[in-house]
Amino acid sequence: MRARPAVVLAVVLALLVAGCAGGGGGGGEGGTVLRFQSLAWQKESVDANKELVAEWNAAHPGIRVEYVQGSWDSVHDQLLTSFEGGEAPDIIHDASDDLADFAYGGYLADLRPLLSGRLRADIPEASWRTTTFGEGVYGVPFLQEPRVIIANRKILESSGVRVPTPARPWTWPEFRQVAKELTATMGEGRYGVAWPLREPVSVSLNLGLSAGGRLFHRGGDGRVEVRFGDGDATVPATVNAQVNTDRSAPRTTLGMGGSDTLPGFFGGMYAMVPLGFSYRQQIVRQAPEGFEWVVLPAPAGDGGLAQGVSPQTLSIAEDSPHKEEAARFIDFLLQPDNMVRLARGDWMLPTGTEALKDPSLRTTEHGWATGAALAASLRPAPAQSVRGYPEWKDKVATPAYQEYYSGAIDAAELEKRLVEDGNLVLARYQR
Amino acid sequence: MSGPRTRGAVRAGQYLALLAYLAFLALPFLWLISTAFKPAPELGSLHPTWIPEDPTVANFRQAFAEQPLLRAAANSLAAALAAAVTAVVVATPMAYVTARRRGRLSAATTGWVVVSQAFPFVLVIIPLFLVLKNLQLINTLTGLVLVYVVWSLPFALWMLTGYVRALPAELEEAAAVDGAGRLRTLLSVTAPLLAPGIVATALFAFITAWNEFFFALVLLKTPEKQTLPVVLTHFLGAEGVADLGPLAAAAFLATLPSLVVFALIQRRITGGMLSGAVKS
Repeated sequence: MRARPAVVLAVVLALLVAGCAGGGGGGGEGGTVLRFQSLAWQKESVDANKELVAEWNAAHPGIRVEYVQGSWDSVHDQLLTSFEGGEAPDIIHDASDDLADFAYGGYLADLRPLLSGRLRADIPEASWRTTTFGEGVYGVPFLQEPRVIIANRKILESSGVRVPTPARPWTWPEFRQVAKELTATMGEGRYGVAWPLREPVSVSLNLGLSAGGRLFHRGGDGRVEVRFGDGDATVPATVNAQVNTDRSAPRTTLGMGGSDTLPGFFGGMYAMVPLGFSYRQQIVRQAPEGFEWVVLPAPAGDGGLAQGVSPQTLSIAEDSPHKEEAARFIDFLLQPDNMVRLARGDWMLPTGTEALKDPSLRTTEHGWATGAALAASLRPAPAQSVRGYPEWKDKVATPAYQEYYSGAIDAAELEKRLVEDGNLVLARYQR
Repeated sequence: MSGPRTRGAVRAGQYLALLAYLAFLALPFLWLISTAFKPAPELGSLHPTWIPEDPTVANFRQAFAEQPLLRAAANSLAAALAAAVTAVVVATPMAYVTARRRGRLSAATTGWVVVSQAFPFVLVIIPLFLVLKNLQLINTLTGLVLVYVVWSLPFALWMLTGYVRALPAELEEAAAVDGAGRLRTLLSVTAPLLAPGIVATALFAFITAWNEFFFALVLLKTPEKQTLPVVLTHFLGAEGVADLGPLAAAAFLATLPSLVVFALIQRRITGGMLSGAVKS
């Protein structure tokens, strides 16, 4: 009788372990099974993905696709472990700026022999460059988002400033002037623009293309060097002036993410907020009733409306035994009509030229037309194929830009740090 | 001269400071509850309130509609229970030996416990993944439980050793004098006295496993097996964007079991950590 607790414990343990082990296996009723890990997370986007998988499965009984939901939050570590362990999904949803390590590491299949001519021709060369590493193409870029300015329509229109369009955007000096004028009309404690710059590097580099900035210069020997020209200085100088000289942008939002600035935007504290195109979904959901907003193109400079993007991508694992079937599924998923469904689900732009013609992406409602008009100006983010970029960004560029934007250091010091300290970091990766 | 009045003022100040500290610790959780019951427009309000102006359960409805929270909770529960029970079953005899047989082995065990606590999980995850793959335990809750047991064992052992050391050895000697054998002594004398410590340790292992995210993310492949912390990340998008209302609602529900369990055992956990810390 005394041993009863131990016996009970052993039984409970056995039952639990048996319960845990149950239900394993799965699949295996004949035919090919592909695992598709999607990072879609918003309801419309998840629904669109699941519907497309169901349609594929109904039409292709011999090639069943299993939908697996991943998470943007930890996708890199999760994929790395899966690749190392030989357990990666067959079809992988990710972003082009996360692919370099996996492509150079041999974890992803070169898609060139696998993709259809239709898909190759449908997506512009500029987009393919975002997933080209060395000689190979390691992902299909399919969704992208420009950075746009989302503005309070009433404040903008009542101020009398010229409202920009993709055909006639503001220049950077004009944008600075507009922010100043709006601030003057809005009154104490309110600002013409709020810059959410928790990730200052990607914003500065991507928008910098519009002013002719490049920052990273690749030599004939393939080595990359950081150089800071006039074009690279335009965007940082504008932000710095707005925050520290004109006081047309608050210092408090410099450490914020885009979502954090929305309450202030809805409350009329800020007239304009530069945000990713997909933030429109949050604005539609959260904006108070009667709040009117408009999507404007980001300012243009010597580089026109150009800006850098890192599109969402679909890749195939090198270890997948069913690469051709996986490529066929990707081709199905990215048929123009289907690409439109995915784009609308994620509130982003499709890369495919056919999909981009869809009337639902050309409507003025929620600023779709403005975004679609910017698609042709989107370029690969300047840094994404630069080896050593993550370390340069974390150790050198992020603190340097943050200090410059808050006024703690001047432009000369920013340049010195980005170039001198930055090249020391990059050199270690290019020996 | 510290009279009763001065002492009373000091005591009142101490309680006030404690209260402020408690409020500080509780604020994130209270904000989570508040957020869970707010409609979307209130989440974007410039002047957020602690108490929702227009409380709603829509976030809970949406969270349950979009993600399989109940199934994920059942998986978490199974994994956490199995991990807790196994950890205690393995750690209890080890703790007894470590506490009662003081020697090189005991010192080495304690050293191992300390060293094993120093390994960050990112360092072990790939080797662990390969080991589990060879054992065909990837994508099984059994594999996950095994990892949780290994992960919580050192601390469980340390806690239980403290409890065993706090039990006077004289009680066992008295039982021996009365004619009880080793097994009888252990089961009739030591085990009942150790029960509170065992329960506290088991609940600690339970909470650790219930909250764990990264191992579950990496080891479980199919959606049917995912645990609650993994499913919660499905409310998160790129660049820190989140579906805040449903995320808060789901996170609030996911926190409740840990909170209840911790409320029940917190005194015993503290006792367990302290016992053995000083020589009696």
